[in-house]
Amino acid sequence: MRLTDLPLRQPAYVDLIDWSALTPSEGQRLREFGLCEGASVEALHHGGFLGKGPIACKVGRMTIAMRRAHAAAITVRTGPEMPDMESAA
Amino acid sequence: MSGLPLVALVGNPNAGKSALFNALTGARQKLGNYPGVTVERKAGRLALSDGRPVELVDLPGTYSLDPTSPDEQVTRDVILGKQEGERRPDALVIVVDASNLDNHLRFAIELIALGLPTIVALNMVDLATRDGLELDANILSRELGVPVVSTVAVRKRGLDHLRQELDGLMNGAPRPYTGDAAHDFDKVRGEAQRIARAAIVRETPSRRLTAAVDRVLLHPVAGFIILLALLFVMFQAVFSWASAPADMLEGWVTALGEAVTNTLPPGIVHDFLLQGVVGGVGAVIVFLPQILILFFFILMLEATGYMARAAFIMDALMARVGLSGRAFIPLLSSFACAVPGIMATRTISDPKDRLTTILIAPLMTCSARLPVYGLIISAFIPARTVGWGVGLQGLVMFLLYVFGIVGALVAAWALRLTVTKGQSSGFLMEMPKYQWPRPQDLLIGLWQRAVIFLKRAGTIILFTNIVLWVLMSFPKAPDGVRQSEYSIAGRIAGGINVLVEPIGFNRDISLALLPSMAAREVAVSAIATVYAIDAEDDVEALDKGLGERLQGRWSLATALAFLAWFVFAPQCISTIAVTRRETAGWKWTGFMVGYLFVLAYVAAGLTYWTATALGLA
Ligand SMILES: Nc1nc2c(ncn2[C@@H]2O[C@H](COP(=O)(O)OP(=O)(O)OP(=O)(O)O)[C@@H](O)[C@H]2O)c(=O)[nH]1
Ligand SMILES: [Mg+2]
Repeated sequence: MRLTDLPLRQPAYVDLIDWSALTPSEGQRLREFGLCEGASVEALHHGGFLGKGPIACKVGRMTIAMRRAHAAAITVRTGPEMPDMESAA
Repeated sequence: MSGLPLVALVGNPNAGKSALFNALTGARQKLGNYPGVTVERKAGRLALSDGRPVELVDLPGTYSLDPTSPDEQVTRDVILGKQEGERRPDALVIVVDASNLDNHLRFAIELIALGLPTIVALNMVDLATRDGLELDANILSRELGVPVVSTVAVRKRGLDHLRQELDGLMNGAPRPYTGDAAHDFDKVRGEAQRIARAAIVRETPSRRLTAAVDRVLLHPVAGFIILLALLFVMFQAVFSWASAPADMLEGWVTALGEAVTNTLPPGIVHDFLLQGVVGGVGAVIVFLPQILILFFFILMLEATGYMARAAFIMDALMARVGLSGRAFIPLLSSFACAVPGIMATRTISDPKDRLTTILIAPLMTCSARLPVYGLIISAFIPARTVGWGVGLQGLVMFLLYVFGIVGALVAAWALRLTVTKGQSSGFLMEMPKYQWPRPQDLLIGLWQRAVIFLKRAGTIILFTNIVLWVLMSFPKAPDGVRQSEYSIAGRIAGGINVLVEPIGFNRDISLALLPSMAAREVAVSAIATVYAIDAEDDVEALDKGLGERLQGRWSLATALAFLAWFVFAPQCISTIAVTRRETAGWKWTGFMVGYLFVLAYVAAGLTYWTATALGLA
């Protein structure tokens, strides 16, 4: 499921990010925000009064806002955490 | 350049670097609860516990040493010693937000790997506690291999400890980083996560205050309405709350004028003081309360964390005109003054986006225009309510601001289709946690603004007005001829008047147009001086307020045209200068001044002709 379709306040984690759909600097910024395969995310708010607005989501302990176009490049899976993350850490 | 040891404050945006800088050096750098407040390098001095001075620099926040915007570029250049004419720092104080350790530690590890002597300031431990986190600085220090000091910058906690550690740091030898992870992004992130987990000794689930508030403030419909309502209340308040203190100030100015009349014999000195100084500058100073009320709101928006929310709410609309919600923050700051607004565009990564934002920033009604609006509105718009306790004057004020915002958006849209064409950039932004501003910080902020305003009144406004008074007082007009028209200034204004008569401007306005380029408030002091000079022997006229005198000499259509003009022009010298610096040349600066003058002329003309057609002349 894409991050755009993730229901609000439902714990999920990032399955895959289509970096090619993002400009290099956008990709870099998302990475710096801590978005990567396996990171936990939670969609918090959908904005937009005139047209579709950005999405605010929680990544780790941080709340970040991104456009739908960015969120559409992120595939997520619902669930508290990626199964093999625990062992990796 | 001093030979003092140089210590740089670095870290993620909004970690509290500037707060720490202020606490350590006693400086008064701007703070704000949103990423991207500091956009340039600022230096200050700090004494170590043994009294040795150290030079401390505050830097813009950044997420890594790969900059994506001009402000982040500054940080990278300073840290790596690439800034022209600047030494490389001798040591670093890395500021991390304790309530967001995983993320901030990643950049911290990258910085520690540079091998400079380093201390980590584990800042905002109070916020971490609010979030139910308990951290162990010792574990952190052991894992990172550098000293870690817990601080609460805004409450000046942990500063002594930090100074002690700095002491040791400046004496000891640099310790090279032993880890090898620093160059692999994913490895560093994993390492940061591991260390963060180790350092968090207890985590109790806490109420998610920020998320709860955001459910309302970021709501697609409610959020937008709240933003509008906030702006509405802000501009209403500028009018309604200010009237009592403004009346008091006006009383003082009048009393001062009377004192001048009573103590000095009639003559040139008396006229100069009464007309040029007390009358002119006094007419501006009475707007101090309105300006402070405006700043109160702006400071609140900045300190609470609402700025980032406003950017979020506006993003969809800004996207339609080819900008990002990020650009709304510099625009909101331009309500205070276009100069910091234009500086704040350094946080915008896309050059075309940034240029467009610079070009439209002057359309936001800056606080220097407030006296002009205030004067005309109180003279021509009746002080009655239009229902629900909404004052008509405040409503008109609000509409003028909205006119500026809409004008800016339309201009952005047109620019993006033509001269600044290009791919529109995205919107990626961190949303800070809400904080309730401390009253003393607000008061200090307001005090600073008051001092700045009064200094302006006492320097540039006073100076311009004195020049104007001299030009308006000589040569002396023969009987029956108006002094303001016969004088040198009057003759210059006569020339300008030919150009602006078609859009309804009279000679008073023509006189005020040029000097108001120095500072917009001069439009008010200039008009006040014109009337004081013309009313010289007319004691009765002097007793009337400036607004009352305006009513006698201007038609409503003229007054409205003047307001419309001021929504767009003129650009003050400082705005022009900062635009030149930030766009690196005269090309775009000239373009900005040009298009805004054209817009101003057209808007004033349309207003005047419409008003005349409606019979308001
Ligand atoms: N509760 C709390 N708030 C803090 C602390 N330190 C700073 N703040 C607040 O956090 C916000 C950000 O602080 P700044 O000092 O402006 O942050 P900065 O790191 O300089 O941010 P940029 O200039 O944007 O990179 C401000 O609203 C400060 O008042 C702290 O220790 N505790
Ligand atoms: Mg700062």
